[in-house]
Amino acid sequence: MNVKMQPEYKPDTTGATLAPVVVPASPETRMNSTDQRLHRQVLQDRIFRGVTRFFAFFVLALLAGIILSLLVGAWPAIKEFGLGFIVNTEWNPVTGKFGGWNSIRGTLLSSFIALLIGVPVSLGIAVFLTELSPVWLRRPLGIAIELLAGVPSIIYGMWGLFVFAPWFADNVQPWLTESTANIPVLGTVFAGPPMGIGMLTAGLILSVMIIPFVSSVMRDVFEVVPAMLKESAYGLGSTTWEVVWNVVLPYTRNGVIGGVMLGLGRALGETMAITFVIGNAQQPISSLFDPSTSISATLANEFTEATTVLHTSSLIYLGLLLFVITFIVLMMSKVLLLRMQRAEGKQS
Amino acid sequence: MNAALKPKLAVKNLNFYYGNYHALKNINLQVGEGKVTAFIGPSGCGKSTLLRTFNRMYELYPKLRAEGEILLNGNNILEKGVDLNMLRAKVGMVFQKPTPFPMSIYDNIAFGVKLYESLSKSEMDDRVEWALSKAALWTEAKDKLRQSGLGLSGGQQQRLCIARAIAVKPEVLLLDEPTSALDPISTAHIEELVHELKQDYTIAIVTHNMQQAARVSDYTAYMYLGELVEVGETDNIFTAPKKKATEDYITGKFG
Repeated sequence: MNVKMQPEYKPDTTGATLAPVVVPASPETRMNSTDQRLHRQVLQDRIFRGVTRFFAFFVLALLAGIILSLLVGAWPAIKEFGLGFIVNTEWNPVTGKFGGWNSIRGTLLSSFIALLIGVPVSLGIAVFLTELSPVWLRRPLGIAIELLAGVPSIIYGMWGLFVFAPWFADNVQPWLTESTANIPVLGTVFAGPPMGIGMLTAGLILSVMIIPFVSSVMRDVFEVVPAMLKESAYGLGSTTWEVVWNVVLPYTRNGVIGGVMLGLGRALGETMAITFVIGNAQQPISSLFDPSTSISATLANEFTEATTVLHTSSLIYLGLLLFVITFIVLMMSKVLLLRMQRAEGKQS
Repeated sequence: MNAALKPKLAVKNLNFYYGNYHALKNINLQVGEGKVTAFIGPSGCGKSTLLRTFNRMYELYPKLRAEGEILLNGNNILEKGVDLNMLRAKVGMVFQKPTPFPMSIYDNIAFGVKLYESLSKSEMDDRVEWALSKAALWTEAKDKLRQSGLGLSGGQQQRLCIARAIAVKPEVLLLDEPTSALDPISTAHIEELVHELKQDYTIAIVTHNMQQAARVSDYTAYMYLGELVEVGETDNIFTAPKKKATEDYITGKFG
């Protein structure tokens, strides 16, 4: 406390008065100033709490506002098509018949392909960076991956359309078709003319786009695993693979799933790159080589052209469904984590 | 040293480097079979480093290298081409802090065993019970084998780690300050355990605690600044050390 010392006692040489000199901080005034300070602190704390609470609730309000405006905007389409919109494949602005399945399927399938390829690759990158790479290579590789994360999606789209798709059509697709021709399911999946663009290409570009995010999150969480825990596993004679699979991954499970969800979130919402390479065709597909569309690609392509209320509101309906899909995916990841925790026996 | 001592580990002219830093200087000593050898000395003297050469744990990190010989049963384990996984199966290790794996108690024990042996369910059950009993944890853990190892107390976790290390039936057990994170009662448990375990294993223990070295070990090695100052029977080291430096350290004049 910053209380002033009382002045030293001086004998009253004049003898004129015995009245006490004014003391800067008598017990009473000290009490008052402390009270004031405390009062001010309480007030400050209250304001601080109020401001942070406002920000927190502002997020909720924003979320509710977005959902509400999507609902309002989509209302004509919801009234017209109902939930059947989700499974209906017809999308015809001319006749005014709208169904979202082509787009929804494209979003789900391209994201699924992206995860199927992106997650194992990211895992490999993260394991190499944290466990196997020579020290001098770690930083340059890490920085390269972070740079890759910063590439704008339109660059990926252009690269996908002008560079990757032609190369893919010439070199990979014919080979895929030939080598899987006699395998029951894969034969159909990889059938059709090698056009370069299409569902598979979209999924591949997406996987390239999510790899930097997923792998840098994985690397960060792998790095916080205590050295002693890893040494314990190595000390039992485990190989690097066994240490990563049995100790590092379970230990970092929450972070790893978080990283995958981040990647999935990006894949589901990705617009520009997908619009470039998916083919933008409202049609049923039988093979992954077929051009298709996704929710975000449909929105990007048609929003400026939508002239009727029903067309616009159908597009907003699609946007709402994308929102719902993302929400469901997040929920599923939480449930998955809970299940795993229970299986591990933390519950009792 | 006792002439009848049968060396399990024989260290010959061992030098160890962290990059350019010379951490162990020309170490020569033997770790007797079926005995407990304690390594004492002030922080940074190289006792943990020495322990970590016995299972080549240092290999996990770049720029660390050991020169010289360490013979395990007469075979030099520092040679190139030594199978590190097999070496570590023979030379188990327990660390300063308990490090249970993020899995159930049962799986913690079974983890190492599965790396080397394919046991049936009942054989594995037996092995888990055996290891937990050896580590004096069975009565406390038998009803919660399926629960997470992280739910145990610190002392129990450390005994779990010891059980995990002995479940793979190693020949040598390295204990790197195994009680430094534990309370006195858990420490006493672990020390009792060391007494029990030396019937079957050769034990090397690093400790900061001189009383602990005096209590649990048959032989004691005093190290200072990367050099082995003196090694001998624990009773002799603590009652009649041959070197002044050792005496100063154990009487608390320094360190």
